[in-house]
Amino acid sequence: MNPKDLATTAKNSWCPGCGNFSIMSAMRMVLAELDSQGFPVENVVLVSGIGCHAKIVDYMNVNSFYSIHGRTLPAASAIKIANPYLKVICFSGDGDSLAEGLDHLIFAAKRNIDLTMILHDNRVYGLTTGQYTPTSPQGFKGKSTPSGTSEHPLNPLELMLVSGASYIARGYTHGIEQLQKLFKEAILHKGFSFVDVLQVCVSYNNLYESYNKWTYTVQGNDASSYEEAQKIIRSWNYDRSEVPIPLGKFYQIEAERFDQSFPEYRQNLSERDSKIRTLLEDFI
Amino acid sequence: MDNFSTLIGGIAGDGINEAGLTVARLFSRLGYHIYMYYDYPSLIRGGHNFSIVRASRQKIAAHMDQIDVLVALNQETVEKHKSCLKDSSFVIYDADKVKLDDTMHKGFGLTITRILKEATAPAVMKNTCIIGGYCKVVGIDWSVLEDVLKKHIPKMLELNIQVARQGYDQAVQFCRIDRSADRADSHLEKQTEEPIITGNQAISLGLIKSGLGAYVAYPMTPSSSVLDFMAKFGPEFGIKVIHPESEIAVMLMAQGFAYAGVKAAVGTSGGGFCLMTEGLSLAGMAEMPVVVVMAQRTGPSTGLPTYTAQGDLHFVLNAGQGEFPRFIVAPGDAEEAYYWASVALNLAWKYQVPSFILTDKTVSESQYSFDIDLAGDLGGELKEQAEHSSLLWDGRGDYKRYRYTDTGVSPLAFPPQKGQVIKTDSYTHDEGGITSEDPQMTRETSDKRQRKGQFLAAELERYETVKFFGNEKSKIALLCWGSNKGVCMEAALKLGLRMIHVLVLSPFPERKLKSALQGVERLLAVECNSTGQLARLAGFYGIKIQAQDLILKYDGRPFSVEDLLAQLGRALA
Repeated sequence: MNPKDLATTAKNSWCPGCGNFSIMSAMRMVLAELDSQGFPVENVVLVSGIGCHAKIVDYMNVNSFYSIHGRTLPAASAIKIANPYLKVICFSGDGDSLAEGLDHLIFAAKRNIDLTMILHDNRVYGLTTGQYTPTSPQGFKGKSTPSGTSEHPLNPLELMLVSGASYIARGYTHGIEQLQKLFKEAILHKGFSFVDVLQVCVSYNNLYESYNKWTYTVQGNDASSYEEAQKIIRSWNYDRSEVPIPLGKFYQIEAERFDQSFPEYRQNLSERDSKIRTLLEDFI
Repeated sequence: MDNFSTLIGGIAGDGINEAGLTVARLFSRLGYHIYMYYDYPSLIRGGHNFSIVRASRQKIAAHMDQIDVLVALNQETVEKHKSCLKDSSFVIYDADKVKLDDTMHKGFGLTITRILKEATAPAVMKNTCIIGGYCKVVGIDWSVLEDVLKKHIPKMLELNIQVARQGYDQAVQFCRIDRSADRADSHLEKQTEEPIITGNQAISLGLIKSGLGAYVAYPMTPSSSVLDFMAKFGPEFGIKVIHPESEIAVMLMAQGFAYAGVKAAVGTSGGGFCLMTEGLSLAGMAEMPVVVVMAQRTGPSTGLPTYTAQGDLHFVLNAGQGEFPRFIVAPGDAEEAYYWASVALNLAWKYQVPSFILTDKTVSESQYSFDIDLAGDLGGELKEQAEHSSLLWDGRGDYKRYRYTDTGVSPLAFPPQKGQVIKTDSYTHDEGGITSEDPQMTRETSDKRQRKGQFLAAELERYETVKFFGNEKSKIALLCWGSNKGVCMEAALKLGLRMIHVLVLSPFPERKLKSALQGVERLLAVECNSTGQLARLAGFYGIKIQAQDLILKYDGRPFSVEDLLAQLGRALA
């Protein structure tokens, strides 16, 4: 399969230079590659929230559930539980999953449900034209915080680590090969996989220069070590401080999964009918 | 004896609900129809709890205030309910906890503390002990109680039987409950007694019957017992049961299930439903079938968590931004709850709309004698729709999730489908499920949704969406919905009135209601809210009800038969 086959005729409305293009290209390449390796693309379901990131599902000729703001994970969880053979991939934004839908993110990690979450982390609300988000640095001057936000950002990877996610990585939209590698690992990982993508918003928060200067890829780290992962994750806290920003896979372990705990058999209606009558005898 | 009411009262933790159920089962074994109202405050221990078990030769769905036997585990029970006693009533009580004014009523004090101590039984068994005494008082044979205990006591059965027997032997007989011949006469083919279940259990079984695949809920009284039931019995039927982080997640999970082809239902009460409305609107736009069990309690806000109300009718009618069709049914007893839960799930899938089973604490948590054969059966239609074969895409051409059709209903397909994509969308979208802001498409998709509502309404003409009872020649009629069915039927019979029960509230059965109202010159609306919400809804269709003809109760408690007769007496005077 050619990645181009995964395009739709929908007119793209992302800004020229938007980091979302890299995420989409990388994902198309990975899904096409997986399709040829025995993971057919019709078994993939994409779920998105609301925001610039979410338009990705209109641009990909793949099964999709275009959900509402912050609500990718509950819908995705049920799709996975309904049919464990599906690969369910969520695309979400930092406003989408870290503000409006934060509870769902924590619970998906806590359950270690077998889903992949790609966080388009541009650290600004794009579609609503420029407000601070949970990962904007302190002092960020957005339309809702004209004199600069007084809040410090939260570190989504640290949150995922303590919540129980079993695959944690960070990529950058200027590194498409790395994105492909991380996306593929995350999709093939059995458990809740979380990829934070430093996705540049050229219109409201253009951090290309800063990211090009400060990002680096971790080498030789022990991804099975919680302590080591925590140390790497804590080495940059999303605030404005000028420190190296690690990229790559930080954490991967095997753990029990929520999606394994459900009955898979289905019962026909006449069986149910007689079972209901039997059950009612207990209520006499 | 046509009717016999027993009130059992004590503190939370005394097992009052279970004791009430035991009494209900005793009468059921003697051939009576049962209705049990359970009243409890929102706390775990302490506070005053009581059950009113009414046994009748007729099928009933309402309680009476007047009590034949009062079973008191504490003094408060006597103080709170002595006004409900008749001259002929009898009181059986815990002699260590209760002092009875002997001049007022006949009674017997059971030395429960001593009996338990001698048997080295835990305090929790005092309800078993007093039920033993109760059986002697009302002349129910020991063997009947022994049968009930053996069937329903999960642990320490021998000890329970021992303390019950002590209570039975110590107490004195006051009256003799005859075996009711009535039910045996009307159901000669039936040898077994009827099960006694709550409205919520009936709803659960109705959903299971029609092919439910998943139940998702966050606990909230008075809907939680659906979740409890599904969690306990669902897995035996292959049903996936999830209690997630919030009602927001609940509503979205239901739609993830629907997207993947699994029939899902959710349950909540008003406050939880507030959180669901965002996802409800998504179901409207994305055309995701979902069943919502919405069990009302007294609001606004936290209100009275464990008490009843019918205050959310217009909320449910209008919840969610934008315009989209929905099905709403408000069953009035266990048989209706069972039957209409099945219908609700079927219609949700047939028309890809949200479907509501709107109850209140009274219907949800009261216990009813349940006759599964009386409930009605959807038969072949249910089977076909439950397997949803007729609703599925035929596999020809390219699949379009939102294909335009005459009925507005698009064929369904679920992933994976080789060579096809299945796209659903919360935005306005084209037939293929891709976002569009085109004005014509916006209008067309809106028309598509409304068309589904019209076909849904047309289909409902085949169902008994409005029921009437009582004197059909009467020019005075009672209008009610949901839990007031039972009490209104009794009042209408007693006063010779016509009585109309509106079961389906959306799409509104205007034609059927108007036909039921032919010849009616005065219409009184009986509702458990402060504004007359069904009356207001009927008003939209030109059915006018005068302000003085609103018979309303909004203190969190359901109408008793006496309550309603008194209020009607004043209104009709």
